Amino acid sequence: MRVFVEGVGLLGPGLQSWNAARRVLTGEEPFRSASTVIVASELLPPAERRRTPVPVKLALAVGQEAFQNAGRDAAATATVFTSSSGEGETLHHMCEALASAEREVSPTRFHNSVHNAAAGYWGIATRSREASTSLCAYDASFTAGLVEAATQVTSSGKPVALIAYDQPYPEPLHSARPILASFGAALILAPEASRRASATLELAVPTGDEKPTGMSHSGLEELRLGIPAARALPLLEALARKMQGDVVLDFLTGTRLRISVSPC
Amino acid sequence: MRRALHEKRSGLTPCDFETARIDTYVGTVPVLDDVRVRPDLLDYDCRNNRLAQLCLEQDGFAGGVAAARGRHGAGRIGFYLGTSTSGLHATELAYRRRDPKTGALPADYRYAETQNAYSLGEFVRRYLGLGGPGFVVSSACSSTAKAFGNAARMIAAGICDAAVVGGADSLCLMTLYGFHSLGLTSPGPCRPFDADRDGISIGEGAGFALIEKADRARSGAILLLGVGESSDAYHMSTPHPEGLGARLAMRQALECAGLQPADIDYINLHGTATKTNDASEDKAVFGIFGPETPCSSTKGATGHLLGAAGITEAIVSILAIQSGLMPGSANTRSVDPAMKSNYLLENRQANVTRVLTNSFGFGGSNCSLVLGVAE
Repeated sequence: MRVFVEGVGLLGPGLQSWNAARRVLTGEEPFRSASTVIVASELLPPAERRRTPVPVKLALAVGQEAFQNAGRDAAATATVFTSSSGEGETLHHMCEALASAEREVSPTRFHNSVHNAAAGYWGIATRSREASTSLCAYDASFTAGLVEAATQVTSSGKPVALIAYDQPYPEPLHSARPILASFGAALILAPEASRRASATLELAVPTGDEKPTGMSHSGLEELRLGIPAARALPLLEALARKMQGDVVLDFLTGTRLRISVSPC
Repeated sequence: MRRALHEKRSGLTPCDFETARIDTYVGTVPVLDDVRVRPDLLDYDCRNNRLAQLCLEQDGFAGGVAAARGRHGAGRIGFYLGTSTSGLHATELAYRRRDPKTGALPADYRYAETQNAYSLGEFVRRYLGLGGPGFVVSSACSSTAKAFGNAARMIAAGICDAAVVGGADSLCLMTLYGFHSLGLTSPGPCRPFDADRDGISIGEGAGFALIEKADRARSGAILLLGVGESSDAYHMSTPHPEGLGARLAMRQALECAGLQPADIDYINLHGTATKTNDASEDKAVFGIFGPETPCSSTKGATGHLLGAAGITEAIVSILAIQSGLMPGSANTRSVDPAMKSNYLLENRQANVTRVLTNSFGFGGSNCSLVLGVAE
């Protein structure tokens, strides 16, 4: 499968946007870890903006940046959302309420608890009625999302946005499933080369347990291993460096995703 | 299921799930309390994976997949599964056993194997010994319908030669109390398209299907002819009043199948029995199919199986094709006079060759499938 990267969005600790972080990923600027700053999307009506949980804000922010960088219309583009953790804060509040004697649950929290909450708010924000899906494959959620987005691009012949995001759980869930920090990454993938395209990705899903590509910087490697969505980092680094070569991502036991990257 | 549909039986009973105190009806699988997951998969033990295992053991399904493993090789069989709440009930129970001093969850709580949306995927993959790529779709009540689209695309792209689709959704307190808080649970058994319909009955259920390339299809094999997916872009928990997203999904599924509305013999509706869902779905269906095409919801029989609604209603659609039964709507007494579609109250026997089935979910996630039969 061959797809073309038209735009990237990124938000993570010390990686405040794709445009700001590119120089960190190329090594031109040092990586300095800092809390991820997440701002609510201005695309949402004020009432919805107040109700959106943090993971939704994170997903919308990286999606929006990727579309801006690609110069594409979000309303006309299908989306693949992927997350290992989903809506952790909402899950925690719901479970706390359900463990209490009163069991008073908030209807807004309930509809925000679904794994596809980000996709729902994205539709409201961008007015996109295009197809949208929401996936999970535990630590391999980014890889699963990329494979799905690429098959959609090749089968429909239209561009697709991949939006991957993970937000740490509050305690006590955090101890059961530690996620290091907030991290989101988005790619606009297209079926054909154009002036927008910055790289070509050739995807294959070989069997075997080939070692996945790591990050040479220890701080970035810590993010890659500590946040499922940050498994995107080796691919993002290859894109930032305009590298020609292979990136191998974890998939499931006995399966890998090999991405042959070449700049356009 | 075939017999239950023929007899227009409803499996809905007053809610006595766990400690839930809600005045509503549910569709439960009571034997789940006694199901023991396969010993090598004990870490995955939770209500949702028990339900998945029980389902995999029905109708010779696991044996059929083993035979497919022989034909294709395990590494060429993918899995595209759906669930809305996964093993969430395990987390609900763990939150009642938090350490009073530290607030910590009990040491035996297993997040990855129960709560995470992918728990179902890894459980089914291991249970069936599949080696191909896969993942879990969690787009609320459209999840297992959308999984058909994933499988079809993966097979078309050569990522795998066959795929297991389907999934499971089991009862939990979150959905019972959550839908109740939205005022969407009926105090009685749900009555889709009824003039006096007053909400959903939540059910639990699972279903699986093995999908292979159509070029091998023998006469009589069921074909996935079309998939349509869209978004409402309207509201998180209320469908678009004119059913715009639903129309887009149905039109796309027909286009994908290369069919006209008149080519569809029967429509299995999403038909949840809420005021707004049924009204907007009727507008969408009437707008495309007009007053003739027979349609019905089977949720009066099964309840709303949430993430498992797509696969179980695809199976109802397959049974309609195989036995010529267009099921009448269980529990519905009189069709809302505002509805314009040809809604079936009674069972009808006919030659059924092509069925469209709808699944719509929170977040405005819509999916329609068109199923047919090989000549």
